[in-house]
Amino acid sequence: MTDFSYVRSEMLDEKAPPSSSTGLVGWARQNLFNGVANSVLTVLSLIVIYFILAAILPWIFVPTWNGTSLQNCREILTAAGSVGEHGASGACWGVINERWQQLLFGFYPDAERWRPILAFALLFVAVIPVLFNMISRRMNWVLLLAVLGVGIMTRGGAVALVIGVAFLAAAVYVAFKMFGTSKGDRALEIAEGAKRLPNPLIFSAIFPFIAPWLLWGGSVWVPIGAALGFLIGYGVYRAFVGAIGSLGALILAVIVPIVWWLFLVGSFSSLMDSILPFGLEAVESRKFGGFMLSITIGVVAIACSLPIGIVLALGRQSDLMIVKALCVGFIEFIRGVPLITLLFVASTLLNIFLPPGTNFDIILRVLIMVTLFASAYMAEVIRGGLAALPTGQYEAADALGLDYWKAQRLIIMPQALKISIPGIVSTFIGVFKDTVLVSIIALLDPLGLNNAIRADANWNGIVWELYGFIALIFFVFCFSMSRYSMYLERKLRTDHR
Amino acid sequence: MTTTTDPHPESFRLSMLIYDSRYRSMTIQIVALIGFLLLIGWLISNTAQNLITLGKEPSFGFMTEPAGYDINQRLLDYNSQDSHLRAALIGLLNTLLVAVMGCIAATIIGVVVGVLRLSNNWIVSRLMAVYVEGFRNVPVLLWIVFGMAILIETLPPPKAFRGENPEASMLLGDSVALTNRGFYVPEPLFSRGLGDVHLLGNSSLRFDVSLDLIAVGAVFLASILISGLIGRRANAIQNATGDRPTVWFWRLGVVVLPTVLVLWILGFYLGYPELKGFNFKGGTYMRNSLIALWAALSLYTAAFIAEIVRAGILAVSKGQTEAANALGLRPRRTMSLVILPQALRVIIPPLISNYLNLTKNSSLAIAVGYMDITGTLGGITLNQTGRELETLLMLMLVYLIISLTISGVMNWYNESVKLKER
Amino acid sequence: MKKTVFLGALTVAGLAAGASAAATLDDVKARGKLNCGVTTGLVGFAAPDANGHWDGFDVGVCRAVAAAVLGDAEAVEFVPTTGKTRFTALASGEIDVLARNTTWTLSRDVDLKFTFVGVNYYDGQGFMVPKGLGVSSAKELDGATVCIQTGTTTELNLADFFRANNMSYEPVPIETNAEAQQQYLAGACDVYTTDASGLAATRASFEAPADHILLPEIISKEPLGPLVRHGDNEWGDIVRWSLNALISAEELGVTSANIGEMAAAAGDNPEINRILGTEGNLGEMLGLDAGWAKAAIMAGGNYGELFEKNIGENTPIGLSRGLNAQWKDGGLIYSPPFR
Repeated sequence: MTDFSYVRSEMLDEKAPPSSSTGLVGWARQNLFNGVANSVLTVLSLIVIYFILAAILPWIFVPTWNGTSLQNCREILTAAGSVGEHGASGACWGVINERWQQLLFGFYPDAERWRPILAFALLFVAVIPVLFNMISRRMNWVLLLAVLGVGIMTRGGAVALVIGVAFLAAAVYVAFKMFGTSKGDRALEIAEGAKRLPNPLIFSAIFPFIAPWLLWGGSVWVPIGAALGFLIGYGVYRAFVGAIGSLGALILAVIVPIVWWLFLVGSFSSLMDSILPFGLEAVESRKFGGFMLSITIGVVAIACSLPIGIVLALGRQSDLMIVKALCVGFIEFIRGVPLITLLFVASTLLNIFLPPGTNFDIILRVLIMVTLFASAYMAEVIRGGLAALPTGQYEAADALGLDYWKAQRLIIMPQALKISIPGIVSTFIGVFKDTVLVSIIALLDPLGLNNAIRADANWNGIVWELYGFIALIFFVFCFSMSRYSMYLERKLRTDHR
Repeated sequence: MTTTTDPHPESFRLSMLIYDSRYRSMTIQIVALIGFLLLIGWLISNTAQNLITLGKEPSFGFMTEPAGYDINQRLLDYNSQDSHLRAALIGLLNTLLVAVMGCIAATIIGVVVGVLRLSNNWIVSRLMAVYVEGFRNVPVLLWIVFGMAILIETLPPPKAFRGENPEASMLLGDSVALTNRGFYVPEPLFSRGLGDVHLLGNSSLRFDVSLDLIAVGAVFLASILISGLIGRRANAIQNATGDRPTVWFWRLGVVVLPTVLVLWILGFYLGYPELKGFNFKGGTYMRNSLIALWAALSLYTAAFIAEIVRAGILAVSKGQTEAANALGLRPRRTMSLVILPQALRVIIPPLISNYLNLTKNSSLAIAVGYMDITGTLGGITLNQTGRELETLLMLMLVYLIISLTISGVMNWYNESVKLKER
Repeated sequence: MKKTVFLGALTVAGLAAGASAAATLDDVKARGKLNCGVTTGLVGFAAPDANGHWDGFDVGVCRAVAAAVLGDAEAVEFVPTTGKTRFTALASGEIDVLARNTTWTLSRDVDLKFTFVGVNYYDGQGFMVPKGLGVSSAKELDGATVCIQTGTTTELNLADFFRANNMSYEPVPIETNAEAQQQYLAGACDVYTTDASGLAATRASFEAPADHILLPEIISKEPLGPLVRHGDNEWGDIVRWSLNALISAEELGVTSANIGEMAAAAGDNPEINRILGTEGNLGEMLGLDAGWAKAAIMAGGNYGELFEKNIGENTPIGLSRGLNAQWKDGGLIYSPPFR
């Protein structure tokens, strides 16, 4: 059988596209020079970029890392030949070399700086299960154990070494188990009765007690006592819920811990301290400074403002007129005034508002005001999350016969909070950036330290190096957080467009 | 809870306040109110007690005492013998000035950048992304200080303009001088001016109104109105006959001629800045503190606005553009009639909160020595009188009023935009 | 749950913060630390070094008081304050003594209710101009742009001076010395005005100090000194006499070098003996131990030593003693007798 056909039986190979539309040239034609207007824009942009880089790069790349004073830097620059029209020109990086630790930690004692670092690392471990749910439970425990192990080992000393090695070994063991068994095998093991690792959220719940202890130090019994308050409250509720009804038990469960915190924690911790003294060297908040201070203020304000914000948002949504009016009034008041005026209140008025004789230090006062500030914004973010929930969810909760609080706890809040996470992260970025304002009321945050450093006779006259360094670090922090929040937004977006 | 008896409608037991949903909300509200009042009362009694201990009875009497300090940038006349109240007023006007200028500039820059970020020119959209991310992720206070430092370090001082062979020279035919103390631009002057009206006599709130400006403004407004009438008539003719009469030259003439005439009658001319003594004299002087603050605030806020605009444009679904094209609308009309009205609804609410943020951020002016209300009332007045409670209360009240006004006006505008959509 | 970050912080840090009560001395002793308000940074007067250790002339006074009260010159918490926050910090009891180049004025003394315990530096507001400006007197400054540091009496003095001389000027208010210096150097202002000591300190840090001159006019009296709250005279006495001890020590030739042997046994000069506690019971009267003044002088040296070490002619700041010389050398520094 022969097959005569006038139709081509096999496909021709694809021809390479013309060289003008491929490779770099094609890309440039398509993206940079398609049309007159675009070409002009491209050329203009290139010129702008060139001028900016030509001005900045020679200034940045100068060998002054080891300068000991501005004078010394100028000598180095002159020797290296980078001389402009007004004498030596170029950065004096010696100031960063000498002071970067101070810019990061403020006056926190040298020997204790592992504590803020550890707290910072643990912060990540604690928020990971909240923020990234793609990470597995075991992975989270590996991280936690590894961070703790390394943290303790760096303390030096035989005991610390042993404990650290133990933590690391545990981390390695869990990691080995994780990579050694596949997901399916693991599921099988669990089905057969193997124990699951505890939920890492437990650590997230403990972290708020560990972090202040690490940062401020003091007896370990104080945070334990504070944490016990919650356990006591829970215990009271369980014990009395049968006897006096849920409402009475709830009221008791609020009152008893408050009494405990106000009157008994002090004696409890001093008693336990005399029995089993264990603690870290106390560091006063006054020693906090630099980026550590900014991060502390930001994180504490956001963490504390979350519950307040939820309450305010619910209050603003509620049908109770007076409650609603109070919440709206508070939110609009805080959002209506600049943070700086609230900080002025913290620095000059807060002591006047409190009972005579009360006096707690400026950083705590600032923390209070920034928390109030953040909670108003947080309330609006959460209100947005609540509003974004379909009404069907509320109706479904009602249909199930859940009461208000059960509906909030089980149906509404978990969803609303999840939707609000990007907003919460951007509120955090905002608050973190706003912490530089505390320099105006004489706290030594990075900008405040910048002034203090420039008052040192050696570095008097430095401008750009310090500002540049501070701006860079802020950029790194805020940019990565905003990327993260965008990633979340993409992940949470379920509509298809 | 276990015993269920028929409740008598008449009988009222105390426990119903908690367990009966009819009364419970009332109970909760009253408890909340009482708690709130107790808290306020507690704060006030503490404050009163503390102030008595400190020997500072609250009083606003200091506001009428002479301030004693000078303010460089002032929109109304002021000298160091004026009262603290007037100093606060000058500061308030400065705050409003930079806020209004900032909002306008931020909107313009933000819209341009937001559109350019969507450009298909790779390098331009990257550049805009770098700008947006760079400004958004560094505290605005740093940008303000940066802006000031850049102005001071890069521009020539006035003395550079002096001498035979000056290092720097003025721009645009010797009419504009850019110095590191600020920008000097020509100012409008009238040789046959009508003078000023002094209002409110000698009080702290006195101000002058320039009759020339009112005259020019009134004529200009009137001619715009007439031009609008002409346009409306043209529309009516078009609707009735289908032909649109050519009226643009009428409208232009009606707007331009009377205004020019009034300007000529009043003897309008430009006053140029001139180097005299230590500084330039004459012309309008925009201080570098104002420029730095203005630039930093607008660039910072514009970065946020750009993102809002971008998101707003992206939020209008592609089908809308396609539908408009199918109707035969040209690209420009598509943009102005279809895309923008829909995008605006998404854009405006976050835009309002950015305007508010800009206004509140203008309180950082103290970092560069721009005398806004935080610098006068909350700054030097507070320092010199030691009246923290009174000054801070007034300061917060002022900001609160500004914020509420802005959000009120903008919300009203937002509502009106929404109504048109149906 | 997260609320406890705050509660925990409150409990922990609350322990560290003391309450203000009438008896400051008892508080300080109980706390074991003196809380001293200083500037956020002023060359020669107070600035932290890379290790966070504060140094300077005002800091020296704080250390002397701490040494007198607690016997340890390092037992000081330095609380940085701004022009705005300093008085509130003192009034609210956050700090025990304010040593932050603060001018002694009637209104601060009477209206703000503070007690100035003495003067550790006699200053006056002066002007600095570049030589190239061709100005030799402040009277020629009509129309000039003037940089001022805010939050002090400076802007009031300046307004008064220009008004009295019927001149106009353009004030440029600036928060910190560093910023002011930057503006002045770039020519954004013609004149820089602040306390003459600050001007000298600033000029010393320039690349070419000789290109700038201080004008002869000193337009105000600025007696700078430490201050305490009204209402606790015992504490005021302690700070006052600690300062006086430093001054008397210089007058009587007691230095940190020779104080050891002088205090070992009573010498010929009865006043030295009384100061150093080898004779009489002055310390007891103040509620301190007998070696209080010795400790104060040991802390950083006597007044003259403090001056020379921090702001004197051999430092970059290079201030001469001038008004701040001892009275017998023609200055104003004068301590009442220790008797």
